[in-house]
Amino acid sequence: MRGRRRRTANIFELSKKVGTVLQDSDGQFIGLTVGEDIAFTLENDCEEQGRMKEVVQNVADIVDMGTLLNSSPFELSGGQKQRVAFAGVMVNDVEILLFDEPLANLDPATGKTAIDLIDRIQKQYQKTVVIIEHRLEDVLYRDVDRIIVVSDGRIAADMTPDELISSDILINLGIREPLYATALKYAGVRVTPDMHPGHLATLDMERVREPLQKWFQSRKPRGTAPEQEDILSAEHLSFQYTKKRKILQDINFHIKAGEMVSIVGTNGAGKSTLAKVICGFVHEDEGALYFEGESMADWTIKERSQKIGYVMQNPNQMICKPMIYDEVALGLRLRGTPEEEIGPKVEKALKICGLAPFRKWPVSALSFGQKKRVTIASILVLDPKVLILDEPTAGQDYRHYTEIMEFLKGLNAQGVTILMITHDMHLMLEYTPHAIVISDGKKIGDSTAVDILTDEEIAGRANLKITSLYELAKMAGIDDARGFVQYFIDYEREVHRG
Amino acid sequence: MKNKLFDYVERDNFIFRLSGLTKIICFFCLTFAVMLSYDIRPILCVFVFSFVVLHISEIKLSQIRLMLYYTMVFLLLNFILTFLFSPQYGVQIYGTKHVLFQITERYVVTQEQLLYQITKLVKYASVIPLGMLFLLTTNPSEFAASLSSIGVSYKASYALALTLRYFPDMIRDYNDIALAQQSRGLDLSKKEKLGVRLKNIMNICVPLIFSTMDRIEVISNAMDLRGFGKHKKRTWYAKKPLRKADYLSMLFCAAVFALTICISVFINHSRFWNPFI
Repeated sequence: MRGRRRRTANIFELSKKVGTVLQDSDGQFIGLTVGEDIAFTLENDCEEQGRMKEVVQNVADIVDMGTLLNSSPFELSGGQKQRVAFAGVMVNDVEILLFDEPLANLDPATGKTAIDLIDRIQKQYQKTVVIIEHRLEDVLYRDVDRIIVVSDGRIAADMTPDELISSDILINLGIREPLYATALKYAGVRVTPDMHPGHLATLDMERVREPLQKWFQSRKPRGTAPEQEDILSAEHLSFQYTKKRKILQDINFHIKAGEMVSIVGTNGAGKSTLAKVICGFVHEDEGALYFEGESMADWTIKERSQKIGYVMQNPNQMICKPMIYDEVALGLRLRGTPEEEIGPKVEKALKICGLAPFRKWPVSALSFGQKKRVTIASILVLDPKVLILDEPTAGQDYRHYTEIMEFLKGLNAQGVTILMITHDMHLMLEYTPHAIVISDGKKIGDSTAVDILTDEEIAGRANLKITSLYELAKMAGIDDARGFVQYFIDYEREVHRG
Repeated sequence: MKNKLFDYVERDNFIFRLSGLTKIICFFCLTFAVMLSYDIRPILCVFVFSFVVLHISEIKLSQIRLMLYYTMVFLLLNFILTFLFSPQYGVQIYGTKHVLFQITERYVVTQEQLLYQITKLVKYASVIPLGMLFLLTTNPSEFAASLSSIGVSYKASYALALTLRYFPDMIRDYNDIALAQQSRGLDLSKKEKLGVRLKNIMNICVPLIFSTMDRIEVISNAMDLRGFGKHKKRTWYAKKPLRKADYLSMLFCAAVFALTICISVFINHSRFWNPFI
């Protein structure tokens, strides 16, 4: 770094040169207000108060937070908290800005603005920006000079986006390519750097239009899956904490047995409240919920939990026993199940979750992803038919993300109906065929994930983003762009199965 | 939102505008004034004063209701127990005995005992609102700044401020965890026996502790990364400069303190005010 060996510089000196914006901007919000948080570094440098206020105002203006200096973290959205964290490192006038998975906790539309902001500041103030991220497509939305691919502690590639997208490196390492690039490869296009595939906007359409159209026309009509019975449904469901504001308003939905469904929407739209109503933590004010056609109005939390399991976002908030076996057995023991019946049930749940070899281990020895599986096992052991997961992949790196999602997919294949609260578009598109969109307490969309992510109106209101596949199809002159996206998803499932 | 306990809500009025340093000094002056004296006259003045200040500060009843209930229960209990254990303590102190009425041979209600106990009650009742007032009207960061300016190490000050700030978060976490555990069959309702209920509450506390430790780790990493603890000193963004109102308030509270001491020393010639001779 600037001629200095990193080893010899201590963390304080380093933080003068490199500003790091960590992944979880919520947990690292130190100050009580925006202004205070931005000033934190200056305070530690014994900066005099008048000058401190001036600098804080300046950097806050740069990240468009200048008018919110007195707001507390509870009043801010995820995107705004990230801006505060960003401003907090800018006060040092650092040369290098390092972003650790800046998109992990943001909804797609907010993520897009975040990348915009980073891009603007990089251009305006001539900073070196390093972004660590596995959502390549979202980062490539703005100019990136170089991409360094790291695998198993080694540098696997160091090249321009155009070169990287043209190569097989990403696929071989199991990293998600931009979806449009995958589509090109499926269509049999030989992607080369001179086609500029780094951005969808710079892609040389002349050379890919024909193969894409051909590929789309070659599709076969797909068979429809046999209709299943409703397992969970809601009719005119409404809920409010106070009289002033309705959190949920007239929600209707039908979820079929064996489905994998995502519930999406912006922060505060009412997704989590919906889950709480379903689990009976809070009681609906109007309307009714039905489980396999039977009204759940009189069911207690305990009765509901026999049928519907709820897994919290943070596994550390659920685990209360030091040993894995005891943790998984807890629910059964609390229900007074005889010990000889508990044994085989716990064994089975551990096996499903791939934890059988660890049954005698302490929980503390596990990784985050494994802990998540312990919490799922401790719910599965009660044999629920429906599993509700709150943000199952939030704050996870790509490896854990894939690990958890593949596991849930396997669980779903064994017949458990899965509902996921999420704002992750990739998750929606790749794993859940059915998506319910909630905005301001109302249901604004209920269809296939493909329909939702190709509908500009719904996507806009729920802070989602139109998938690049849709834009690619439009650019290639395919009229049925939605059909193209659907075909891509179906085709991909075939490829993975085969 | 039921997490109002200790939740700092910013308001703009005289009390909130005072610096944290002023508030802590005033709090100590008034508390010691009341604690050192057993003369009900100045104590009643402070008692009235603390409620006037509570009113000026515009703190909502809903914010302090729970604490008020606990305080009242405590005071009542204290009142009854004092009488049960030493019904003649007042007579001992004041040296006279004016009997009002007799319950049993041991329990005789005297004017002296009544005065003693009421004085004690008002003492506590005037200090507790002051404490609540201090907690609820002081911005935790500004409080830390004040503490460090009167010589407390800034690391300790900051730790205290963070604790105050995260208290509402912890209550929120507790509620979430309780719900999730209840859905696994944990019964916290009155249907369950007390022993089992206590054990079940333990099952909530363990994950609460672990998730709080996670939070602490994240925040302390973030603080390290941004240079906390680098120098022997630090400055404070939230520090309020002392204004005229601050000096006047401190002067006023110091005067109250001095006055009660003077009353004890020169007028009563003891900590007790004796109207019986």
